[in-house]
Amino acid sequence: MTSVTDPPQGSFRLSMLLNDTRYRSYTFQFIALVLLIAFMAYLGINLVRNLAAQGLNISFSFLGDPAGYDINQRPIEYDSQSTHLRAAVVGILNTLIVAFLACVTATIFGVTAGVLRLSSNWVVRKLMSFYVEIFRNIPVLIWIIIIFSIMTVAMPAPRAFRGDNATSSMLFESFAFTNRGVYSPAPVIDGAAGWIVVGVFIASIIGIFAYRKFATKKLYDTGQLLPTFWPSVAMFFVPTILVYFILGRPITLDYPSLQGFNFQGGLHLRGSLIALWFALAIYTGAFIAENVRAGIQAISKGQTEAAASLGLRPGRIMNLVVLPQALRVIIPPLISQYLNITKNSSLAIAVGYMDVTSTLGGITLNQTGRAIEAILLLMLFYLTISLLISGVMNVYNNSVKLQER
Amino acid sequence: MSDTHAHSVAFVRTEPLPELPPPPGETGMVKWMQQNLFSSIPSSILTLVSLYVIYLLVAFVAPWMANGIWNTDSLAECRTALDGATGACFSVISERWNQLLFGFSYPTEFYWRPGLAFILLFVAAAPVMFFDLPRKMLIFTGLYPFIAFWLIWGGTIYTPLFALAGVVVGYLVYSRYVKDSFAMGFFGGVIAAFITWFIGGYIVDAIAPAEPFLEAVASRNMGGFMLNMILGVVCVSLSLPLGIVLALGRQSDMPIIKWICVVFIEFIRGVPLITLLFVANVVLAFFLPPGTTFDLILRVIIMITMFSAAYIAEVIRGGLAALPKGQYEAADSLGLDYAQAMRLIILPQALKISIPGIVNVAVGLFKDTVLVSVISMFDLLGMIRGPILSSTEWNGVYWELFMAASVLFFVVCYGISQYSQWLERRLATDHR
Repeated sequence: MTSVTDPPQGSFRLSMLLNDTRYRSYTFQFIALVLLIAFMAYLGINLVRNLAAQGLNISFSFLGDPAGYDINQRPIEYDSQSTHLRAAVVGILNTLIVAFLACVTATIFGVTAGVLRLSSNWVVRKLMSFYVEIFRNIPVLIWIIIIFSIMTVAMPAPRAFRGDNATSSMLFESFAFTNRGVYSPAPVIDGAAGWIVVGVFIASIIGIFAYRKFATKKLYDTGQLLPTFWPSVAMFFVPTILVYFILGRPITLDYPSLQGFNFQGGLHLRGSLIALWFALAIYTGAFIAENVRAGIQAISKGQTEAAASLGLRPGRIMNLVVLPQALRVIIPPLISQYLNITKNSSLAIAVGYMDVTSTLGGITLNQTGRAIEAILLLMLFYLTISLLISGVMNVYNNSVKLQER
Repeated sequence: MSDTHAHSVAFVRTEPLPELPPPPGETGMVKWMQQNLFSSIPSSILTLVSLYVIYLLVAFVAPWMANGIWNTDSLAECRTALDGATGACFSVISERWNQLLFGFSYPTEFYWRPGLAFILLFVAAAPVMFFDLPRKMLIFTGLYPFIAFWLIWGGTIYTPLFALAGVVVGYLVYSRYVKDSFAMGFFGGVIAAFITWFIGGYIVDAIAPAEPFLEAVASRNMGGFMLNMILGVVCVSLSLPLGIVLALGRQSDMPIIKWICVVFIEFIRGVPLITLLFVANVVLAFFLPPGTTFDLILRVIIMITMFSAAYIAEVIRGGLAALPKGQYEAADSLGLDYAQAMRLIILPQALKISIPGIVNVAVGLFKDTVLVSVISMFDLLGMIRGPILSSTEWNGVYWELFMAASVLFFVVCYGISQYSQWLERRLATDHR
């Protein structure tokens, strides 16, 4: 189509940057990149100028300084002369402790409520809907504070347990619910013999799984059905108890007792830990219940009917047909609920539980004034946890993905 | 044949017997209870246990509620009035109701303003929520943000007027140029709006009357449930468009834009909201030009909006991914460009799929607005834990206040989720 009066132009014209779809995306990306860099530079320049104006700098050396504050729940050695870094590590451990406890408890609550919501029993169904709706629709922070108030306001003081006409008494002579927290017996392991008992217990749990695997294999290979329930129960209790008594009861319980103004000995669970733990557990349990219900309902009724027509009993239908399929639907949202628990555990700061938000993002930040560094580290910690958990979830998702075509 | 038979038998009925009523065990209450409450032994045990739990709850709460006292001025008076009996001191709620709703420093004589804004919120939200209402009402929805801002914050009316003018100018420019190219119309509109606001800022400063019709109320005086509502409504409305942009960016073919969006979304979703609020509280000021003072509310709104935008983006990305590929191909084959395909074909369907998820995020966000009490803003929970519980009159009233807060949140959140379920049924176009 070229003519003499219209000499051939270069194959690229500037207007093609905007009008030609081949090049337009480069233009847009270039503009986006320039804007992003300009924005970052603007923030950076502001930061430098602000820091200069206040005579501050960015430095992480404060992590090596003595923290100078106490932490009431110390999973590792810590005193007020330890460094800020160690305080942060104690906080991280406390975060992981409460997150782990809450995850386990929330799963129990959630699975129970989710299954019971599908029960044929009207009262149970309605009660579980009530639980789910009440806890899902009220902020978790309010629940944390309500339970914390119950723990600190409604519980009796330790001195109520004193004397012959004490107004409060210990549950089973071993648990004391006071306004300073819950005191419960703590196991004390005596030397090597005690650890042997623990080892035997762990070994017998591994043994249960191995036996069940063996039974399944035997069933698939030969068609012979071995009993699993009673042997499992026996394996759980018998070896441990036998070893325990043969070795002369090397594990004892340290009971809390009232000495002076407070309980001594035993395991001390502070009100803040219990508030955070139970509030997160019941709140997230309500969400997990919905996930479990949705997962079970997602399995089409035909699957259940097909299994029934093969002659399987209801228990077997649940275990062999419905649950394996439902788990594929339930597990991903379940893991993201675990992630939510970990993130929501940062609300600890509202009740004074010394998690990483309260140590690094609370007291350390206020004492050193290093807001930017402290919050950056805090975010990095949570980000690492999130990325780790979502990495695990992706691996799981790929392993259970339906193999289609 | 039948004749002979008829003759050989003494009596044959010509009409059927009347139907007997079903046996008493197979009908009505008894049958229902047998099926739903006592169908098996474990089920019966569960029923009895549940009934016992319900009995415990009612026996614990009912006398406390029924004996509640609503009209005393302090906890001591209330305890005297109760005279040792079990009962709630609801009078803390009736006495501090205004503080719970509006915070402790919002001027008392102006309570009608946020109240009116709250009522108008329903008028504004109605046409968005219910499609049968006349479409003309959407005009009011468009005007509502400016009216609500003027009512709650007060001050000169020129501020919202010029804000509105900027939007109108931007829209006019957009509709003039969008026929040529969406990008030109969109960016032209945005630039025009900013120019109007920039100029308007100077004009407002010049002509603002010394004594405006509605007296100005500073942001730091906002509090109570009103603050939760403001944060919830503003952040959800702002994060919806931002979330759509982020979701489209994440689905984009352009790697740089895609990675910007991915990093933003994953970063925000990976950290707890409370760290973002710390950023708003102590860190954000470092990144602004020296000497700028920013409202704490505004800073919090920015951070919460970013937070919920990341979550909404993920929900919408799910909706985009759930659309059959044929829809994208159909749009391409009609010769639509990217903006047209998205606006006319993809987004309407994708958004419809994502409505339940968006509502979930909105409810979650509204609940999360109580976190601002941690950075010492006096929202509903901040009011309860701060000024009310530490006052001499009401030091020690816990359950009544927490109950009031829970009820307020429950009503709003449960209402929204019920609406979402209704909407889902309403929008269901697949015939199942």
